[in-house]
Amino acid sequence: MSVDEVLVMPDLRGHFGKFGGRFVPEALMAALDELDDAFRKAMVDPSFLAQLHDLQVNYTGRPSPITHAKRFSELAGGATVLLKREDLNHTGSHKINNVLGQGLLTLRMGKTRVIAETGAGQHGVATATVSALLGLECVVYMGEEDTKRQALNVARMKLLGATVIPVTSGSKTLKDAINEAMRDWVANVEDTHYMLGTVAGPAPFPEMVRDFHRIIGDESREQMLERFGRLPDVVAACVGGGSNAIGIFTAFIPDSEVRLLGLEAGGDGVETGRHASTIVGGAVGVLHGARSYIMQDDDGQTIESHSISAGLDYPSVGPEHAYLADIGRAEYRSVTDVQAMNAFKLLCETEGIIPAIETAHALAGALEIGKELGKDAIILVNCSGRGDKDVETAAKWFDMNP
Amino acid sequence: MSLLHEVFARTKSENRAALIAYLPAGYPTADGAVECIEAMVAGGVDIVEIGFPYSDPVMDGPTIQEAVNISLVGGTKSATVINTVKRVSQMGVPTLVMSYWNPIERYGLESFATDFHAAGGAGVITPDLTPEEADDWIAATDHHDVERVFLVALSSSDERISKVASVTTGFVYAGAVMGVTGARASLSDAIEGLVAKVRRYTDLPVAVGLGVSTPEQAHEIAQYADGVIVGSAFVTAIANGGPPAAKALAQALSQGLAR
Repeated sequence: MSVDEVLVMPDLRGHFGKFGGRFVPEALMAALDELDDAFRKAMVDPSFLAQLHDLQVNYTGRPSPITHAKRFSELAGGATVLLKREDLNHTGSHKINNVLGQGLLTLRMGKTRVIAETGAGQHGVATATVSALLGLECVVYMGEEDTKRQALNVARMKLLGATVIPVTSGSKTLKDAINEAMRDWVANVEDTHYMLGTVAGPAPFPEMVRDFHRIIGDESREQMLERFGRLPDVVAACVGGGSNAIGIFTAFIPDSEVRLLGLEAGGDGVETGRHASTIVGGAVGVLHGARSYIMQDDDGQTIESHSISAGLDYPSVGPEHAYLADIGRAEYRSVTDVQAMNAFKLLCETEGIIPAIETAHALAGALEIGKELGKDAIILVNCSGRGDKDVETAAKWFDMNP
Repeated sequence: MSLLHEVFARTKSENRAALIAYLPAGYPTADGAVECIEAMVAGGVDIVEIGFPYSDPVMDGPTIQEAVNISLVGGTKSATVINTVKRVSQMGVPTLVMSYWNPIERYGLESFATDFHAAGGAGVITPDLTPEEADDWIAATDHHDVERVFLVALSSSDERISKVASVTTGFVYAGAVMGVTGARASLSDAIEGLVAKVRRYTDLPVAVGLGVSTPEQAHEIAQYADGVIVGSAFVTAIANGGPPAAKALAQALSQGLAR
């Protein structure tokens, strides 16, 4: 597999090698075709691109800076750890990149209502934000379990005018929120756009969401060359569905000397079965409209995932990650709850940055690979979100409540 | 001619539509499902669809979600589904399985087609397998003499209807509403038009399901379609009154099938 072949993924039917595709009810095929068509036309329309760029700069606050985490670096075997500060974006995570693009597409398709799923609440908040900005009706599905873990984000969504519907079926987490959003979409597809929040789902979502997030890596690559005169040795990011990781990886895929490292949520440890590491510990299957690595039993039933991080608590992964893993272009490792929370606290105390618990998984990966590579290495970490929403979880974890 | 097509030929000669009933395997229990289906067949059901319970039923409304959940919690496995097919097909009715795609992929396409055929199964309905992704499934089902049923929706373009019809061998399943399974007070006015459109592309039987629950709706659909598919209403009847209620519903629906 040459780098050129990787670059033209997916194929015309949304396949990344054997992964991806469309496994959906026929009722959704027309809407996916319409979305695909609108997306392709928009991406070559200068007025759409100008509108998107204006929002990225003047609303989100792009470009996001790269911060040299000097004191944290000392803990990573002396390697240089750099943080791509997506946590500084408006709404506090990378999620805004995708929803601005999809929000503008919703208007172009003449739809007036958007629905979204959310795990940690970051994508829900971003969707509610762009809906307020563009005057769209917004309904967010969120697992009941997650509404408790992420109460702050529920309040934020409501303040932004969105309706939040707690999902009580199944494991009451992200996977079930996606099921419920798909049910809503099938019934209301005429006036509703499903603003899927990650690089999973049926084509064209994995490709489209990637393309709206690739600005993270595009900026990073330029910033690296400008400020450091070289590319990083490793680009690290956490992977649930995998949108922030694909966002920062994409620009570096042709740079074969740059290692791409995805960190999956290990929960209690892959060996315990209570985890969300689908590439490290899952098997090939179909979930939520695409073929990828998923967590399933011998009968093809989805196994519930486990992670302290609501945003990574998902039993599948974007098909492009499955593909990058299969061809060996990216490497995926698992980080346990304990490792992630240790990295979380270390970043707080050494850099004055409270990261999202999702992001803390990437930071734990950086600590590990930094020790492996030593002090000459440069590790670029996607600091995908800020941790305000996680303060209560962290206070409980570290026993800090009065 | 396959048993499935014989039944459609017979109901046509009787100047009526076929009654097709859905029930998930293992609901309310593995044996209970077979008892209920026996009662439904005695009440006039012509063709049986056995649901393959799945953890993430995105096309199903609350009634079937609940039934599937009861089935899975009760320990339903792939083997339960195959065994149910075996017991139901012995009743002499064409027996289909309706399954989300992942359980079949996990079972293995060739293995599933082999075991399903050996159990006496007639065909498989695959609501989230698009024709574009179905090459291997088409090969496996052709090889093992298993009928394929794909769906068309009210939103399907002519091009898509033609594509779906071209890979279908059993009957074309036309969805009567845009949405998930579950009883509806009224169906879309557009469904008759959809059935007429399908007929332009195939001579196969066309059956209408999704949202259908009453004899009145069955009667309306019977005027233009070859089959009437009812699922959630049977699940509800069984929850309330077991096999006798399932039989009574089948009898009531049967009254509506005449043209």
